[in-house]
Amino acid sequence: MSLENKEKYEALQNVIDELKNEPGALMPIMQRAQDIFGYLPEDVQNYIAKELDIPVSDIYGVATFYAQFNLEPKGKYIISVCMGTACYVKGSQLVLDKLEEVLEIPAGRTTADGLFTLNATRCLGACGLAPVIMVNDDVYGRLTPDQIPAIIEKYRR
Amino acid sequence: MDLIRSHVMVCGGTGCTSSNSAAVIAEFEKQLTAKGIDKEVKVVRTGCFGLCEAGPVCIVYPEGSFYAHVKVEDVERIVEEHLIKGRIVKDLLYKGAVKEDNTIKSLDKVDFYKKQKRVALRNCGVIDPENIDEYIAFDGYQALGKCLTEMTREDVIDVILKSGLRGRGGAGFPTGLKWKFAYNSQSEKKYVCCNADEGDPGAFMDRSVLEGDPHAVIEAMAIAGYAIGADQGYIYCRAEYPIAVKRMQIAIKQAREYGLLGKNIFGTDFSFDLDVRLGAGAFVCGEETALMTSIEGKRGEPRPRPPFPAVKGLFGQPTILNNVETYANVPQIINKGWEWFASMGTEKSKGTKVFALGGKINNTGLVEVPMGTTLREVIYDIGGGCPNGKKFKAAQTGGPSGGCIPASELDIEIDYDNLLAIGSMMGSGGMIVMDEDNCMVDIARFFLDFTVDESCGKCAPCRIGTKRMLEILERIVEGKGEDGDIEKLETLAETIKATALCGLGQTAPNPVLSTLKYYRHEYEAHIYEKRCPAGQCKALLNYKIDPDKCKGCTLCARQCPANCISGKVREPHVIDNSKCLKCGACMEKCKFGAISKG
Repeated sequence: MSLENKEKYEALQNVIDELKNEPGALMPIMQRAQDIFGYLPEDVQNYIAKELDIPVSDIYGVATFYAQFNLEPKGKYIISVCMGTACYVKGSQLVLDKLEEVLEIPAGRTTADGLFTLNATRCLGACGLAPVIMVNDDVYGRLTPDQIPAIIEKYRR
Repeated sequence: MDLIRSHVMVCGGTGCTSSNSAAVIAEFEKQLTAKGIDKEVKVVRTGCFGLCEAGPVCIVYPEGSFYAHVKVEDVERIVEEHLIKGRIVKDLLYKGAVKEDNTIKSLDKVDFYKKQKRVALRNCGVIDPENIDEYIAFDGYQALGKCLTEMTREDVIDVILKSGLRGRGGAGFPTGLKWKFAYNSQSEKKYVCCNADEGDPGAFMDRSVLEGDPHAVIEAMAIAGYAIGADQGYIYCRAEYPIAVKRMQIAIKQAREYGLLGKNIFGTDFSFDLDVRLGAGAFVCGEETALMTSIEGKRGEPRPRPPFPAVKGLFGQPTILNNVETYANVPQIINKGWEWFASMGTEKSKGTKVFALGGKINNTGLVEVPMGTTLREVIYDIGGGCPNGKKFKAAQTGGPSGGCIPASELDIEIDYDNLLAIGSMMGSGGMIVMDEDNCMVDIARFFLDFTVDESCGKCAPCRIGTKRMLEILERIVEGKGEDGDIEKLETLAETIKATALCGLGQTAPNPVLSTLKYYRHEYEAHIYEKRCPAGQCKALLNYKIDPDKCKGCTLCARQCPANCISGKVREPHVIDNSKCLKCGACMEKCKFGAISKG
């Protein structure tokens, strides 16, 4: 185990010790585990199963039920395109189409260089700025497709 | 204590934060310090003001000057001119807040606010949500004190019952009745839950309450705990709302420090504590049984009712679950009396309702109006109508469970029963406006796409039925609709409504049924004439060049990526629609308006 990985597992163990006696602790533990590792690799699922003394199938079941748990690593920049109704009626599909074209990946995938993950997401609640995308924590609102290449270029540099 | 002569209230809601209000706040603080007036002017980051369209917004008191679209570089002028020299910077004010004679209007006279009545949102934009003292200064925790020291548990339930408060999360079940059922359930352990998993696309009122007035929710949940006999509560919040989660956690910590949560509150034998649980992106968790299963840490699948949560809910114990906006009304009902609350609204829908206005409307944002306000007042008087002079086509309410309200129903008085009667529903309060350019078949497809993606898969009618409906709708918008498709959609819709396990499944066909009811001709145009009347469905679009307007400049032909435009210089051009990709580049570039689509 690499040193970095060892530190991550230590952090995970602390989380488990802190939460395991709380009722309904599994989801909060998995959420914190994902914060630590960036996603939920099989080894991490096995580790949590062993520590909580539950079958790993329970963990896999929860991980695949909720959209926010990732079983694969994500890109450095996660692009979320809001597909809520307000954004949709104001043309978010065209924005998503343009992103797919510029990044050369379909929604839900990560670019080969590991830089970008493109997600079509549920309402971000910034309907006043529709259509909206988020790149990690940066919000871009009132977008038109022709603004997309410049935004992507900013993160490629 | 410093004497504060001016307050600068800057909106820190998600809408304005996305428009960079955090940098505006930082710049105010920097400028005030630089000018040496940071001890006499206070900058407050508040919750949502409602008018997201004008964001970032800030209001300077005592004058009540409403500045809109404030940029970082504007801040120095506001500080220099307004806060030092006392001259309001009129060109930066929100245009609707300046009168014709160039004096300023108070906020309640501005068109956007004139017809509103802020009850659930009363503290949003008024107090600093991260400071419990400001909430207390606005009568905060007074209602909890009154309940614990002056009222019996039965009294509390009675007041809520008589007020006529109904659940603001969708179905409109009477809140007091829910509390009474849980009160009547005998158990050592009971729970109070708050549904802050606001999943309806286009609805953000709950988030704004959590961000702008978190203590109101805490206070109401403690009151509910007292009423039904619970000592533990959970707030189940969407993980997509980081600002709301953070403010709620701060608020819980402060309430504990003040002894307003924890053991022996107000010196009585009542104890109550709260925890925040985060959702992980599953729409179905807005359904009450699914939400509780999710708090238990499992796959958030709904289960059949009965038993109802009031009998057997979270961890198998009696539980009440109310929505954020519902809770936000409770402390004021206790303080001001049920008669006050019941005096607002219609016969069967009391109080106010918050709507998130979005889509093709000028004043996007949050509005709170008394029940019974007409849709026309909301869309035109408050919302300012559709932008760019376009014609209003429909308002969609109730999210994926609701329907579209056509222009012919604009004078409907909005309440639970009236909306149901015309095939939509109140829902949590998203109100998305569509104009003549929006295709209603495509909107139905959009919602079904959402439902199929979010169906938990537990029951067959929802898992398989909505998928079949989506397939038919996809064919129709692609120009492959067949005779009989409409009837198939109707049969599937009725079957799903009658047989799906949970409320979300049962209401999933509503967007299709309501658009079929009012816009059947659009479905028929797609299927039989292979035409999209709104000009939105790409596969059905045909671009045309008007030979009388075309000057033969060749610009369109040079733009066309498919090389399907032909014609000689200075002669009218022609589009070969068999090769056209429908990208619209030609139409965008044409300087003579000669190209049209339809």
